Amino acid sequence: MQPGALSKALKGGAIWGFIVLQLIFFSIAGEFLALSDKAFMDYENMLLLLKQSAPIGIIAMGMTIVMVNGNIDLSVGATFAIAAIILLGSMDMLTGTLGDVMVIPVAWFLALAVGTLLGALNGLIVWKTGVDAFIVTLGAMLGYRGIVFMFNGENPTSHLNWTLVDYAEAQFLGLHTATWFLAGVTLVLWFVMTRTVHGRNAYAIGNNREAAVNAGIRVGPHMMINFAIIGFLAALSAVVFYSESGSVNPNDGQLYELWVITAVVLGGTRITGGAGSVIGTLGGVIAIQLLRKGLGHIGADTSTVNLVIGLILIAVLFLDRQLNVKGKEELKI
Amino acid sequence: MTDVKPVLRLEGIVKTFPGVRALDGLSFDVLPGEVHALMGENGAGKSTSMKVLGGIYQPDEGAIIMGDEQVVMNGPLEAKAKGIVFIHQELSLAEELSVAENIYLGELPRKSFGRVDWALLYERTDAILKKLKVGFNARTRVGDLSIANQQMVEIARALTVDAKAVIFDEPTASLTDAEKVVLFDVIADLQAEGVGIIYISHRMEEIFKITDRITVLRDGQYVGTVETKNTDEERVTQMMIGRKLDLSRNVSHHELGNVALEVRGLSCGKLYSDVSFEVRRGEVLGFYGLVGAGRTEIAETLFGLREPSAGQILLDGEEVRISSPADAIARGISLVPEDRKGQGLVLGMNCRDNMTLPQVDDLKAGPFMAEGAEVAIFDQYRDKLDIRTPGWKQRVGNLSGGNQQKIVIGKWLSMHPNVLIVDEPTRGIDVGSKSEIHKLLRGLAAQGYAVIVISSEMPEVLHVSDRIVAMYSGRVMRTFTSEEVTEDNLIQAISGLTDDRAA
Ligand SMILES: Nc1ncnc2c1ncn2[C@@H]1O[C@H](COP(=O)(O)OP(=O)(O)OP(=O)(O)O)[C@@H](O)[C@H]1O
Ligand SMILES: [Mg+2]
Repeated sequence: MQPGALSKALKGGAIWGFIVLQLIFFSIAGEFLALSDKAFMDYENMLLLLKQSAPIGIIAMGMTIVMVNGNIDLSVGATFAIAAIILLGSMDMLTGTLGDVMVIPVAWFLALAVGTLLGALNGLIVWKTGVDAFIVTLGAMLGYRGIVFMFNGENPTSHLNWTLVDYAEAQFLGLHTATWFLAGVTLVLWFVMTRTVHGRNAYAIGNNREAAVNAGIRVGPHMMINFAIIGFLAALSAVVFYSESGSVNPNDGQLYELWVITAVVLGGTRITGGAGSVIGTLGGVIAIQLLRKGLGHIGADTSTVNLVIGLILIAVLFLDRQLNVKGKEELKI
Repeated sequence: MTDVKPVLRLEGIVKTFPGVRALDGLSFDVLPGEVHALMGENGAGKSTSMKVLGGIYQPDEGAIIMGDEQVVMNGPLEAKAKGIVFIHQELSLAEELSVAENIYLGELPRKSFGRVDWALLYERTDAILKKLKVGFNARTRVGDLSIANQQMVEIARALTVDAKAVIFDEPTASLTDAEKVVLFDVIADLQAEGVGIIYISHRMEEIFKITDRITVLRDGQYVGTVETKNTDEERVTQMMIGRKLDLSRNVSHHELGNVALEVRGLSCGKLYSDVSFEVRRGEVLGFYGLVGAGRTEIAETLFGLREPSAGQILLDGEEVRISSPADAIARGISLVPEDRKGQGLVLGMNCRDNMTLPQVDDLKAGPFMAEGAEVAIFDQYRDKLDIRTPGWKQRVGNLSGGNQQKIVIGKWLSMHPNVLIVDEPTRGIDVGSKSEIHKLLRGLAAQGYAVIVISSEMPEVLHVSDRIVAMYSGRVMRTFTSEEVTEDNLIQAISGLTDDRAA
């Protein structure tokens, strides 16, 4: 084996190894500590876990391509909330005229269109002003959240559409609707990033922007497309989630950006761009959800869960550095 | 030659940047099938003029004429579509991507739905790589290649289209001799196909070996064009810098002091083994060998960047363990690294801050930086090294390639180390500044510093060193004094041919 091959293999498979470790740990620890006497590795429980991963997971796929491109988007949580309000609000207003069924595609379309536009707006600003994406989307995060509060003040927006609820709760081949959406989005983004010119150029830009410019790649439009994609996916995530729950609070989606970024980084995407994969991100998303659920299973409260996830994130970044140092003769930087 | 129509003609090109008139009425033409050298000091405007040709910059005034008509290049892809290929001075590659993706960067072949046509991409790339006789394939990750091979990937880009003109901006700076031969073959092939070639280099021997005509720039202005066969090094130098240079070998010796640094049986895995040498105060020790002979790795070990697997390092007679660059600096060892962009500079920072970076701890006035002292240091070395910049506030990334190198050298000289190690100090530096840097290194030795110079250029080691260590694939073959060394026995030593008389 070549030097470095081991570390590469480790890195590629690390997140999945971590997931297996967690499964073993929680199954065993659950025997002694669990509050319920249901086994952790229960089939139903695992299906539920995948379903619960979907809202974060769908957005994380978009974050992967944005981060590989060398940017970041902090506004996804707020976009998520806006899309949810558009979805439920428009159903509330239009059900009278369009009827219970016809209102669904219209409301979905409106929510997705608004999400895409908000994302594209971020991208356009980053492109045209040259301001760092971190700053632009930090502003957007505050601004978009402000818009959410303008809709309905502190009050929740609610509307239950039973046709939709039936849809959302359906299971096809065992998997929930939300899980299917996650799987579909993962597949599409995987295709975009590994098979299309746009995806490959996104890698090139994140890797060495100057080289990309020199080669005539139009950096701005690529970035804007990626921001539009993540805006669309944030809205899609809202559409999938709120079709079932039917009620959105103006604070919903807060801290989503942090969970999403954590999942993407755990999944091996480089923070500075240029490297990363959608499959790794899927691993990161599942690992986080497992951790939340598993720690809950053995009786930890939310604050402990956050602490543990934070520590693991730091440990992962540290390990990543160590694995990259291939041997003693290697340059120490 | 007058009846042949040029493939490309520049007329009165002017290009200004804030504070700099980089090109001031440049005109010259390139004929089909000729190799046209572009020469000039660092910052003369060579790269800038090529970026104008390659569509990266728009000229403020002037015209580019191809064939009979005036053309406007609105971007690199447009220039490429018109048949102008530009091989950049600095590596312009995305390391995480494959060789094939890098060679076709910006114009990956497409199928329906914006998909990449991988089959076609790999097929074309493999055909090009075969021509270049390289040891890697289309799917190799570029980041896993050596710098020299990465340069070959750059060069491969010249073969992707039916080029009318190919621009090589200092392509040989990091190539080994074997790869240089391949490059010159590629150039000869292109030439035979009637492609016009613009070749930028500071290495005179290459210029006189492969070019047909030489155009010289000075401070962005056109000085003149000469036929290579009717001129010589001295006259070209005169055109470039307006004076003659002393290119003689080093004869003067300084008073030698104590042994400042001694290395005994130093090894580092497979990189090099059983290396022993010493360097005295007042002495310049040259390390000569082919790229990859292990010289840089020795320097990195001495600077605390690598852990030796065996052997001792003695500073002033005392055995030491150098655990980190900070440790090395504290002990008075400085390294001017080979890869200036990656290791020596913060491109986004201004000139002054880059130069005083290793000294920030010493330059404090209370909790604040002593601004005045920093500027003073910068001014001193700007004059000494003739660094061309509108002022210390300029971002280093905007300087010309050679001037960036000078900032790195200034940075370490301003530290006043006991042992100064310089790795390829004049790569990409023009002949005038080259001899300034050589003088400076000799001067430092005269002041009692111990200086180690690593170089792949024979005239350079011969010129600056008191003694020369010849290396071949990780081993010291022989140590010469400047009296006994000749070009022949030096070449023998670094090619691994053992000379019987040597001992
Ligand atoms: N983007 C930029 N912004 C400001 N100044 C620039 C920029 N690019 C180049 N310059 C300036 O233009 C001048 C010409 O630079 P250029 O890179 O063309 O020199 P060069 O002849 O290629 O030198 P070298 O031999 O060192 O590569 C220099 O003074 C440089 O500082
Ligand atoms: Mg240049």
